[in-house]
Amino acid sequence: MSGDSAALRIEGVHKSFGKLEVLKGIDLSVSEHEVICLIGASGSGKSTLLRCVDLLEPIDKGRIVIHGEEVTSHGVDVNRVRRHIGIVFQSFNLFPHMAVLRNITLGPTEALKLSKGEAEARALELLERFGLAEKKDDYPDRLSGGQQQRVAIIRSLAMQPDILLLDEVTSALDPELVSGVLDLIRELARGGMTMVIATHEMGFARDIANRVCFLDEGVILEEGPPEQIFSSPLQPRTQQFLQSIIEAGRM
Amino acid sequence: MLTAVVSTIVVFTVIGWTIARSPHWPDVKALFFSGEVFRDTFPEIAEKFLRNIQYFMIAEVFILAWALLLAVMRSLPGPVFFPLRLMSIAYTDLFRGIPTVLVVYLLAFGVPSLDLPGIPKGAAFWGVVGLILSYSAYVAEVYRAGIESVHPSQVAAARSLGLSRWQSLRFVVIPQAVRRVIPPLLNDFVGLQKDTALIAFVVAVPEAFKMAQIEKETLFNFTPLLAAALLFLVITIPMTRLVDWLVSRERRRRQAGGAL
Repeated sequence: MSGDSAALRIEGVHKSFGKLEVLKGIDLSVSEHEVICLIGASGSGKSTLLRCVDLLEPIDKGRIVIHGEEVTSHGVDVNRVRRHIGIVFQSFNLFPHMAVLRNITLGPTEALKLSKGEAEARALELLERFGLAEKKDDYPDRLSGGQQQRVAIIRSLAMQPDILLLDEVTSALDPELVSGVLDLIRELARGGMTMVIATHEMGFARDIANRVCFLDEGVILEEGPPEQIFSSPLQPRTQQFLQSIIEAGRM
Repeated sequence: MLTAVVSTIVVFTVIGWTIARSPHWPDVKALFFSGEVFRDTFPEIAEKFLRNIQYFMIAEVFILAWALLLAVMRSLPGPVFFPLRLMSIAYTDLFRGIPTVLVVYLLAFGVPSLDLPGIPKGAAFWGVVGLILSYSAYVAEVYRAGIESVHPSQVAAARSLGLSRWQSLRFVVIPQAVRRVIPPLLNDFVGLQKDTALIAFVVAVPEAFKMAQIEKETLFNFTPLLAAALLFLVITIPMTRLVDWLVSRERRRRQAGGAL
């Protein structure tokens, strides 16, 4: 659309909660098929940025442009915009009163107006592909955290989004369940999915990201290819952050 | 277990024996617990009790729907919906603040006397309407508690799938809210079942309480009233037990759920 090659452009985005300014002017451009990892301490604004992109939080200043369309301008149908953006949350947020299959078909049937048959075929294909087909009739609380998170990712994928936002999707998981979820995300990256991933898994970020952004107190302090950010970060704050991660044995 | 059984038997025997030995017991028995009067009046009161059940069932259907609408109105966010929120708040304040018996009286005697064309004049009809208006205020508050107990992250998940506000409410919030408030809802059902007796004050065609009053007046004996009381208990005690069972099951489930 309109010659803008970026899948997502974030321009000068500010966001405050009351007196607390969480985002202090974020600029970021994401190309089609690119995988961006957002790293940074808790409270640095990673989650808020993702929620702003999905229009779950109104921004105070700046613009968010998706495929050339400014989605933060007045009068934009937010429901239509959200249908093309997937977001997966740290705490899964599956619907506990619905079986796995219904969790996945709800969006396609109600927001995309697919028939029940089409939506179920799409859901079953995804469940099959990610090895969860036999769980289709289970309720979320019967699944492990890792399975729940994989279902949550599938729920987003069933909407066939242009961009997928992942908000610390492994942070609430037991360590032994993390790899299953990360493998799924790696497969999506290989398939060319455009993704913005907030994560504390530095090894994973190094593997998967085309570009890593270090957020610090509401700004992107440093960004670059993972080799550069992880091996020779320029900013002292980035060096500090990575040092603390290494000391915590998370890398 | 055995100790409990033995001590229960002993305690109740002593109480029973003491009462039966008291000098006034024969009078009390004749006036309140007359077997003969009970046999004569019970069938007719029981038959009228079907009316109470009917009032209850009709009122309940309307209460559940109207109260849900009130609760949803009150939970709508944003300045545009302020008038609806205000209306809902005013309604619940008003009808929770007025004694139900007064609402029933006012409608059942007041509205028919207006003599408006096309408006039903039956006292029982308006009595039931009074129950609906009054109980809806309580039930709306129960629903509201349920709606507010659904975590905002559930709404975020629904909206992020492109569902509209209304769709999120319909598919995600309300189903979870209603499941959570079933025990307190049933509690209000028990109250409503009892309060169908209020219609006795306004009707010419008797229900159970009114029938018992008529029998009492003719026989100078209170046993018919106890017969009516017994009929209410037959319905309300099982309902109360059901509530207890649901509450404890819910608690067990939540504890087993752990992370949820």
